[in-house]
Amino acid sequence: MNGIKIETTDLNLYYGNHHALKAVTMDIRADAVTALIGPSGCGKSTFLKALNRMNDLTKGVRITGRVRLDGVDIYASGVDMTALRRRVGMVFQQPNPFPMSIYDNIAYGPRIHGEKSRARLDAVVERSLRRAAIWEETKDRLKKPAAGLSGGQQQRLCIARALAVEPEVLLMDEPTSALDPASTLKIEELLLQLKRSYTVVIVTHNMQQAARVADDTAFFLAGEVIEKGRTKRLFSGAQDTRTRDYIAGRYG
Amino acid sequence: MDIRLQQADYNRAQGEASMSLTGKRSHTQRIEVLAESVFTVCAFFAVFAVFAITLYMIANGVPAICRLGVREILFSSVWKPTAADPSFGILYVILSSVAGTALAVLLGVPAALLTAVFLAEVAPRPLAAVVRPAVELLAGIPSVVYGLLGMLILNPLMYRLEQRLFRGSGTHQFTGGANLLSAALVLAVMILPTVISVSETALRAVPEQLRASSMALGASRIQTIFRVVLPAARPGIVTAVVLGVGRAMGEAMAVNLVSGGSVNVPLPFSSVRFLTTALVSEMGYAEGLHRQALFTIGLVLFGFIMIVNILLHRILRGADGP
Ligand SMILES: Nc1ncnc2c1ncn2[C@@H]1O[C@H](COP(=O)(O)OP(=O)(O)OP(=O)(O)O)[C@@H](O)[C@H]1O
Ligand SMILES: [Mg+2]
Repeated sequence: MNGIKIETTDLNLYYGNHHALKAVTMDIRADAVTALIGPSGCGKSTFLKALNRMNDLTKGVRITGRVRLDGVDIYASGVDMTALRRRVGMVFQQPNPFPMSIYDNIAYGPRIHGEKSRARLDAVVERSLRRAAIWEETKDRLKKPAAGLSGGQQQRLCIARALAVEPEVLLMDEPTSALDPASTLKIEELLLQLKRSYTVVIVTHNMQQAARVADDTAFFLAGEVIEKGRTKRLFSGAQDTRTRDYIAGRYG
Repeated sequence: MDIRLQQADYNRAQGEASMSLTGKRSHTQRIEVLAESVFTVCAFFAVFAVFAITLYMIANGVPAICRLGVREILFSSVWKPTAADPSFGILYVILSSVAGTALAVLLGVPAALLTAVFLAEVAPRPLAAVVRPAVELLAGIPSVVYGLLGMLILNPLMYRLEQRLFRGSGTHQFTGGANLLSAALVLAVMILPTVISVSETALRAVPEQLRASSMALGASRIQTIFRVVLPAARPGIVTAVVLGVGRAMGEAMAVNLVSGGSVNVPLPFSSVRFLTTALVSEMGYAEGLHRQALFTIGLVLFGFIMIVNILLHRILRGADGP
């Protein structure tokens, strides 16, 4: 039904001698939410960061295999990192607004990419904040420091900041684990909105969350993908006992 | 049934825990109280010291102002304390200190900030491991040694420059290279280690995720450093600058050796006397009103340092504070 947005083939990643991703082959569907689940340390964050080459920032990382975005290998030589990260945005676990105003936080990405027109920046800021469902709360205080927002608001701000550069893919690493249930709910609703026009990959430790928001789910264990497929199928009848155990909460 | 049993166990365990707690409490509490009072006494000692110094400086610095008048001492430029008809104007001395400090900060702080950025953000580990101890050693060198080096190396170079610049000038007083510029350069080097290490600490305290977030938006390392990391480290950097200004303003020994020492309008190639160098060079023999005027100089210096501490923090930090 949906096309394939990202496709990894035989992806291996080593931190020095530590083999953190083992031959991960996976298709990520466009305009859908894919959840990555699995016990702590199984390589979910590592896999996520491999999709926009954030692992390049870590010393001693070695990668083999392929990651294709719309069929193009992002690890090929000559790939423009700025362009790649513009297309594949990321939201982190801890809300982390930059130490500047709400407006400047959102305008940061577009400015990096050369946008100078005040009018266009204004438009981008409003559109991004609206998409992240935080416009109403911030429209009267755009010039105030972003640090003054609540944790949940800050996280939506960070989503808005990521959306401001018009990405096609949004990677989210446990985006709600530092938030209260109400903020979590807001962000989950937001995800369901966003997947209409974005490909979302989300790491979560919360099985209900995966069940609520994800179309597809992949279960990681010790660097391998044990099982993947439609969330409904995985949650109702996983083939591998380890997947079943993990989903039922009987695993690390 | 099972559950009720567990609940009973739990209650008993709780009871034992609280009993052992009350048993220990009096002893722990006594230590707490003792520790608290020790902390309080130490904290108050610092406050007391500041107050005592302030009072002392005012008590000794004000008499000369009373006897001569504010205009006569602070805003007059003739300093002839030992003449038959003495005059105690310290305006040029004040201006020299301000100009020398400002110049030193202008030269030293950008260099120090870039070094800190290099150490904290850019340098590969082995290289940082060489540069950092060097910076720390710089901090350990006694200021008089900076003065000696300035005298031996900087002043001769400065003299050559002076000769070239002012060749044939009828009005320039040749200083042999001991001038405001030399003093500012020496001070700039002297504030490097403080500003570098305090800012480096501030830069390192910036959460890694901020950098990652910036990079994830497509920013380069350099863009990330200048647009996100430095602003995030701003409070710490302000502290570094304030410490640097204080150090430059309060430095006496090194300046005394390289600045020439005559009271002059603070021009780059003029021999100048700073607030600090006036004190160290004259206090030994000053008597009566001269001595009191020197204390006024001390008071002015003290006032400047206080103002720098308070104002600079306000201005630099408050601009986009919450
Ligand atoms: N920078 C690094 N250097 C060395 N090893 C690392 C590094 N980052 C992660 N690892 C290791 O790689 C493995 C996978 O880590 P990763 O962070 O991807 O796990 P995760 O599934 O995201 O776990 P969590 O659910 O706790 O976030 C772990 O064993 C971890 O210790
Ligand atoms: Mg993780």
